[in-house]
Amino acid sequence: MIDVEGLTKIYGPRAAVQDLTFHVEKGEIVGFLGPNGAGKTTTMRMLTGYLPPTDGRASIAGFDTFSQSLDVRKRIGYMPETVPLYPEMAVADYLDFMAALRHVPDRKAAVQRAMQVTHIEDRARMNIGKLSKGFRQRVGLAQALVHDPDVLILDEPTIGLDPRQIIEVRELIKSLAGQRTILLSTHILPEVEQICTRVLIIHRGKLVAEDTPQNLGARLHGSARIGLQIAGDGPALQKALVAVPGVLSVETGENGRYQVSVASDQDVRAQLAAAVVNGGWGLLELAPVGMSLEEIFLQLTKEEPVAAEEQTD
Amino acid sequence: MPNILVIAKRELQSYFVSPIAYVAIAVYLVIAGFIFVLEMTGMAQYGASPSLQGQFGTMVFLLLIFAPPLTMRLLAEEQRMGTLELLLTSPVQDWQVVLGKFLASLGVLLLTIVITFAYGLMLRAYGNADLGPMAAGYLGLFLAGGALMSIGVLTSAMTQNQVIAAVLAVATILLLWVLGAASQLVSNLTATQVFNQLAFFEHTTNFWRGIIDTNDAVYFLSLMALALFLATRVLETRRWR
Repeated sequence: MIDVEGLTKIYGPRAAVQDLTFHVEKGEIVGFLGPNGAGKTTTMRMLTGYLPPTDGRASIAGFDTFSQSLDVRKRIGYMPETVPLYPEMAVADYLDFMAALRHVPDRKAAVQRAMQVTHIEDRARMNIGKLSKGFRQRVGLAQALVHDPDVLILDEPTIGLDPRQIIEVRELIKSLAGQRTILLSTHILPEVEQICTRVLIIHRGKLVAEDTPQNLGARLHGSARIGLQIAGDGPALQKALVAVPGVLSVETGENGRYQVSVASDQDVRAQLAAAVVNGGWGLLELAPVGMSLEEIFLQLTKEEPVAAEEQTD
Repeated sequence: MPNILVIAKRELQSYFVSPIAYVAIAVYLVIAGFIFVLEMTGMAQYGASPSLQGQFGTMVFLLLIFAPPLTMRLLAEEQRMGTLELLLTSPVQDWQVVLGKFLASLGVLLLTIVITFAYGLMLRAYGNADLGPMAAGYLGLFLAGGALMSIGVLTSAMTQNQVIAAVLAVATILLLWVLGAASQLVSNLTATQVFNQLAFFEHTTNFWRGIIDTNDAVYFLSLMALALFLATRVLETRRWR
């Protein structure tokens, strides 16, 4: 459904997106993951025909995003990062306007349906300027859905929302899957794990990894770490921790905190707890330390020598 | 509904939910009305037969403070709010966006001009003013206003900042205005003619006298075409940065 081949965008001396190639099949929900400034928005803008690529090509549903831009635009629903709304318009009027621009035959029904799906019917007559951030986000999503497009391109759909709203929007996106193909960008790792069937990790404009969330998780958990807080300290404790089979190294922190690096595919939490308790120390806390996105990138860029070179600029 | 009309309709509605259109129309009518009263009183004192000739000059001049505030928002605000990204990723072409916005501004202009028909009606009721010259004057006013609006659309495409858009529009209009004065300073005959041909105000004078000269009409229409064409190109260049 989405085919991207060697897509490149150069701004002056800097390449925002460099030789990006990926494919998205019909019905997939693909997460586009990367830190701020990785080139996610630029890529999406090229897919929607807002920006022309410097090099390479992209097509959606077989139409080139640059030379057949109008055909592409008819088939996509796009929600940019800063949700573009007219604050002085009422929600329903705004959606009606967007539907008219996209030549929706039965606008009234389409607007009603989009509001229903995004749960904003009770705000239909309210001015957009008076809505909370969460509702604006949903209006932005409703706008992308109103013409029932085959492809949805969502740039950071959950940014700036409170936790409950984030869950709602995620559920909403999941419920849209099936017939539609969805490409969404985010820099929140759990989000991808929860809603996407596939993940593309982009860093400094380049694709550094492409996998299912499960595989990616396994790959990353390979060097999982466990954080401990223990009443008591001393070399004996450290020795006892290192002695647990599977433990690679132990770092000592303040207030009796320790971080234990564990070899791949082993769960040694029970053994760690036993070692602490049997040694006569008090175990206050034991929890796996989640990997931050930064760490993932450090790891991924270490694996990719080309990307590592990029680091020097 | 064609894309252009969809955009024009939304824009026209948004004019009237914000105070901009009301303020611009009110200020225009108050000042024009005041000058109308002065002028008619003057004519009555000297026993001249009433006509709208002088009033048309006033109304053209007042467009200078009427048009830029109405056009400054059109594209600048869409760029600042990011809504332009949505418009340009909808199945709409750039020129349709520009033309739709321009039509909306023409709508406000037309409404204002229609209100000033009151002057003509008064002259008809209390004097024996001719309809023909008046119609020509109003046509000239509309064409001149349209040209000023198109310049405003162009400057609004060039920036995200409404104030800059308005200042650029006023500056461009004033520049076109003073070309008439420039024509009197140069001695070269060809240069004089070129300046006269380009000068804005000079092209309105025939209309108030009741003369519809194709040369004048073509001037305003080509000014509109040029400004709107450039505005479209400016929108396109944003994509290439």
